[in-house]
Amino acid sequence: MHSWGKFVFTGMGLGLLIGITLSMAGIYRGMVDDAKVLLDNSGADLWVVQKDTLGPYAESSSLYDDIWRGIRGMPGVERAANITYLTMQVGKQDGDVRAMVTGVTPGEPGTPGWPPYLVAGRQITRSHYEAVADIASGFKLGDRIQIRRNHYTIVGLTRRMVSSNGDPMVFIPLKDAQEAQFLKDNDAIREQRRRTAENPAFNRPGVPGLLDAVIASQSTNPYVNAVLVRVEPGHAPEEIAESIRRWKRLTVYTRSQMEEILVGKLIATSARQIFMFLVILSIVSSAIVAFIIYTLTLGKIREIAVLKLIGTKNRTIVGLIMQQSIALGLIGFVVGKISATLLMAPIFPKYVLLQPLDSVMGFIAVVMICVLSSIIAIRAALRVDPAEAIGG
Amino acid sequence: MKKLPFQKRTLALIAVLFPLLALFVYVALRSGPLAPVSVVLATVENKSISPKLFGIGTIEARYTYKIGPTFAGRVKRLDVHVGERVKAGQVLGEMDPVDLDERIRAQDATLKRANAQLNEAQARKDYAQTQALRYEQLLKARSTSEEVVATKQQDLLVAKAGLTAAREELSRVRAEREALEAQRSNLSLVAPVDGLVVSRDADPGTTVVAGQAVVELIDPSTLWVNVRFDQIRARGLAAGLSAQITLRSQAGELQAGRVLRVEPLADAVTEETLAKVVFDQIPDPLPPIGELAEITITLPTLAATPVVPNAAIHHKDSRLGVWQVTNGDLRFTAVSLGITDLEGRVQIREGLKLGDQVVAYSENALNEHSRIHVVDHIPGVTQ
Repeated sequence: MHSWGKFVFTGMGLGLLIGITLSMAGIYRGMVDDAKVLLDNSGADLWVVQKDTLGPYAESSSLYDDIWRGIRGMPGVERAANITYLTMQVGKQDGDVRAMVTGVTPGEPGTPGWPPYLVAGRQITRSHYEAVADIASGFKLGDRIQIRRNHYTIVGLTRRMVSSNGDPMVFIPLKDAQEAQFLKDNDAIREQRRRTAENPAFNRPGVPGLLDAVIASQSTNPYVNAVLVRVEPGHAPEEIAESIRRWKRLTVYTRSQMEEILVGKLIATSARQIFMFLVILSIVSSAIVAFIIYTLTLGKIREIAVLKLIGTKNRTIVGLIMQQSIALGLIGFVVGKISATLLMAPIFPKYVLLQPLDSVMGFIAVVMICVLSSIIAIRAALRVDPAEAIGG
Repeated sequence: MKKLPFQKRTLALIAVLFPLLALFVYVALRSGPLAPVSVVLATVENKSISPKLFGIGTIEARYTYKIGPTFAGRVKRLDVHVGERVKAGQVLGEMDPVDLDERIRAQDATLKRANAQLNEAQARKDYAQTQALRYEQLLKARSTSEEVVATKQQDLLVAKAGLTAAREELSRVRAEREALEAQRSNLSLVAPVDGLVVSRDADPGTTVVAGQAVVELIDPSTLWVNVRFDQIRARGLAAGLSAQITLRSQAGELQAGRVLRVEPLADAVTEETLAKVVFDQIPDPLPPIGELAEITITLPTLAATPVVPNAAIHHKDSRLGVWQVTNGDLRFTAVSLGITDLEGRVQIREGLKLGDQVVAYSENALNEHSRIHVVDHIPGVTQ
């Protein structure tokens, strides 16, 4: 019985495979969760976006930044706040980080769009040049980061504030974000000024000051990506959404519609990929379990023949093989769960969400796969001629 | 005989499987959704806060002088360049007179002609006066008719009127010449005050329209910062408050200043309140006009009241409040907030008392059923 050690190690190997399978499920759950926390963190009941767009997450959308006033005045609206989203590289002294820069309306904590909880530091209090960053960005309190041409000081850190792609979010004041979204680099601005100056319609000799006025009007950005609306308690979000759609002629999404857009459209392809991998890994694992059990059984074919010779019932033999298979599965599952939680989840660049229910389902699946894949071995064992115990 | 190795194996097996199982249980309970949420607590403290206002603005000059000709013409010369300091009354440049000198000469000739005409009229009048006198005496001697005397009287009146006309013509021509002189002297571009040349918009040879600036002067002693404060955070802004000015080019260096005035007109589009902040001492070298400046205005310190960090404030069911921890239990307590300072401390008006423990930071969003685990700092945050 020196094969015990081999058996445990085989189980551990199988465990790593199961660990990857569990992580795969975790990655899928993580993607869905990323999308959901994005919606949760915004603290909104309704998203008002440009007409006929799927904005602001799945498509670009732009609205005038004074539309919120009209929406705020509609019955049943408790708060309305402008917001901008821009995924970009945020510069630090050494290199840059891909982040979703979110421009939040100044106000008090609890304004829609603000990070709902922090892990360190404080919320933004100045209306310019301060930032709250997700901890996944690697920024620390007091860091100076660069967004376009301005430097921002990190005053607070938060956690699990990510875009639907898993990019960490960086919250900055709205006016800075509007500027960041619009502002071209200096070269482009100079070129634009030159182009305008060369246009005779804008640079008339008899009208001094016209060119300056035109250039000034080119460098304003009165747009935001969406208006987040919080509904007063006691009002149905769908009713208010309908009245905004009808009277303001804008597109409005409720929480469930937004979730449908994010999960059903934005991450659909990557989710299908992950699901495909999950299926392939499950098939591979079950094939491997089947091979292992089969080889182990064939290695003990003589013992089985002896057992048959001394009159052991088939049921007992089937039970033995199945026990062995399930034991292998159990070791595999335990090792897999540990490796997925302790190794895969912290190292993996994307968020891996291991849900207990997934683990339970994974456990059931592992046992079933083990039972099914032991069938080949059982068939081989049952077909053994007891005479083999004496022969070769 | 076989028992001993078998037991050894069993022991080895237990030695491998038992820790594995223990680890499994630990992993299942301490990570993922079943794990307690790490939180950092803060205590409600009695503190006096000094609220500050923060705004950004650009450096501008209070007085800008745009100097240019009063009629269309061509620039003849321009002696000053950008960056030069000029004195009040200094001639900065000159417009091309084109035909103005010739017109003055023509006017001189016209003046002379008018003088001659005046002399002629004077002579006519003198002669007419003499004639009139003579015929009056002849009439007294009854040697001429009354009709001839009347004619001579009328001649005298006409000659007098001619003299007045000639005199007025002379003053008209003189005034016209003076007007040309004035225009001629107006061709020079003169600095109205001591100042600094900030822009030279046309070079000699350029034709400019009336009123177009050729040179722009500022008074460097009147630099101020045109500051914009978000209306939501402009409460307490008033003239006379002391301000700290940080120029974009000199991050970290503070200049002292004060609020000169708060503009009565706010920007309705950008929802900002405007104010002017003046330097206590104009920096030397002069900061460029248009440079971005950050302004921090310190308001008077308030009396000590209970305060909490603003990270503790949460929004739940359309109420603002904090997650209060009493004896390890988590409870959402609605609070009403007072004034906030820039360091993120918020006054608590109602809802909490001194010494209450509230959640400042948490690893995840909290709810009433969250299990919490109090730590010094949230794992993963490097201090």
